[in-house]
Amino acid sequence: MAKITFDGIEVEVPDGTTILNAARQIGGGIVPPAMCYYTPLKGSGGKCRACLVKVSAGSAKDPRPMPKLVASCITTVQDGMVVENTINEQVMDVRKGIVEMLLINHPLDCPVCDQAGECSLQDFAFEHGLSTTRYEEERRTFEKIDIGPLIQLHMTRCILCYRCVYVADQLTPERVHGVLGRGDASEIGTYIENIIDNDFSGNVIDVCPVGALTDKTFRFKQRVWFTKPVNAHRDCETDKCNGHVTLWYKGKDVLRVTARKDEYGEVKEWICNTCRFDKKETADWTLEGPAHINRASVIAQNHYELPVVNPQVIADLPESTVRELEQNPPLRLGGLNN
Amino acid sequence: MLHKLGMTETTMESLSKRAKVLEKKPMTLAERAYLPAIFQGLSITMQHFFRAATKKQVTIRYPEETRPFSPVFRGLHVLKRDEKGRERCTACGLCAVACPAEAITMVAGERKKGEENLYREEKYAVSYEINMLRCIFCGLCEEACPKAAVYLQADKMAPPRFERDEFIYGKDRLVEPVTPDNRSKRGIQLTPEQADKLRTQLV
Repeated sequence: MAKITFDGIEVEVPDGTTILNAARQIGGGIVPPAMCYYTPLKGSGGKCRACLVKVSAGSAKDPRPMPKLVASCITTVQDGMVVENTINEQVMDVRKGIVEMLLINHPLDCPVCDQAGECSLQDFAFEHGLSTTRYEEERRTFEKIDIGPLIQLHMTRCILCYRCVYVADQLTPERVHGVLGRGDASEIGTYIENIIDNDFSGNVIDVCPVGALTDKTFRFKQRVWFTKPVNAHRDCETDKCNGHVTLWYKGKDVLRVTARKDEYGEVKEWICNTCRFDKKETADWTLEGPAHINRASVIAQNHYELPVVNPQVIADLPESTVRELEQNPPLRLGGLNN
Repeated sequence: MLHKLGMTETTMESLSKRAKVLEKKPMTLAERAYLPAIFQGLSITMQHFFRAATKKQVTIRYPEETRPFSPVFRGLHVLKRDEKGRERCTACGLCAVACPAEAITMVAGERKKGEENLYREEKYAVSYEINMLRCIFCGLCEEACPKAAVYLQADKMAPPRFERDEFIYGKDRLVEPVTPDNRSKRGIQLTPEQADKLRTQLV
């Protein structure tokens, strides 16, 4: 076990934990943002630099500060480490620069983009960025590639986080897409424009932090903040898929199906393409209740989460009445206890 | 009761000290005679009666004449076109989410090939409806619009109608006409050169 101090808060975590995960154990507003790191994907992280933090003391044995800011998602903790995130001005300043760097080639087409409202880059820029740009040159453009009838690729929006490549690598047996080219010219592509037809290929939509990979069946159907997320499940025949999803309703129509995500936007369980693209009827699903949406999110607009079960009121009744009630129970309203 | 508590009504002092004591004087003979007051009142009425003929009229002949609007008046909405005559609206839904009266609905669609001169962005509003009965003309949609597409005109109001459905304004009544002459004065304006160019293109 290693004891570290993160933003003045002490936390004890097992050896080998990254600084980011240690911060997530504390939770709240001090957690560094992450654009490329994704817990369920092995090897992810260290690319976007969004999670840079200042290590002001390396460890108890060697308390010298680390010379440069480090990526908290790939740096493991050491006993006695002191990390500064929100309390360090340099970190906050650098993060503004990171936003600017990520937005250099990102088209500002949020009004068109289907990811708007649940986009990590939007949140990241909103929380840490400036509202102006200094970039005057042409943004990079790509020839449009059609990667199949289910997934829409917008290469211009890509921030090269490699999450989708890891999904293809780790989730699907034979991967058909990866990053081509180098540096500024690198892009997500499929070899010989192969159609991604693996059962789990749809998960690249969920892992994409921006709108580079979006659901083609949901394309321009509705803005996410007008849809209502409802948790549901079904018995899925596909191996490895247990059918736990979130349905996004508009009125009575299921507009899209996504995997359930935690508070850091990470998928809890992967879902298969049958669940995601083919089952868009309420009859296909067993509904569980409204999915929790962070109150600060635009998706939470006008969505009221009702308490599922009301607290039971125990009346202070005389014993004779209690006995009477037990013998002749009143009609039960609703099916809460069934 | 008040005496028992040690206070009387006279001890209640006015906090503002602006209260006036009203004195009721007995009426004079002229007041009691009643008729002089009647004629005084009638003379004021007659003054106003003839003033209409001599001085400026207080009423206007409405449909023909209109009163000047305030420059910040928020009237009927308009969906603007850009300098090339393409619709600016991209159906992003920010106006609808900003609308406190939930008066705006829209359906988005994808622009097809060959429609580039009709719609500015890849996505456009296939239908865009504003319920003028719900709308409170607050102008929040105008503020929310990232594409400078929706504006509330300073010189037009939603006219009265007989049926409720007639208040649901669709794109046919909201999108401004392509001809630059009868465009709204609100929002992004065309320069005279741009307007001329657009006019020649249309002919």
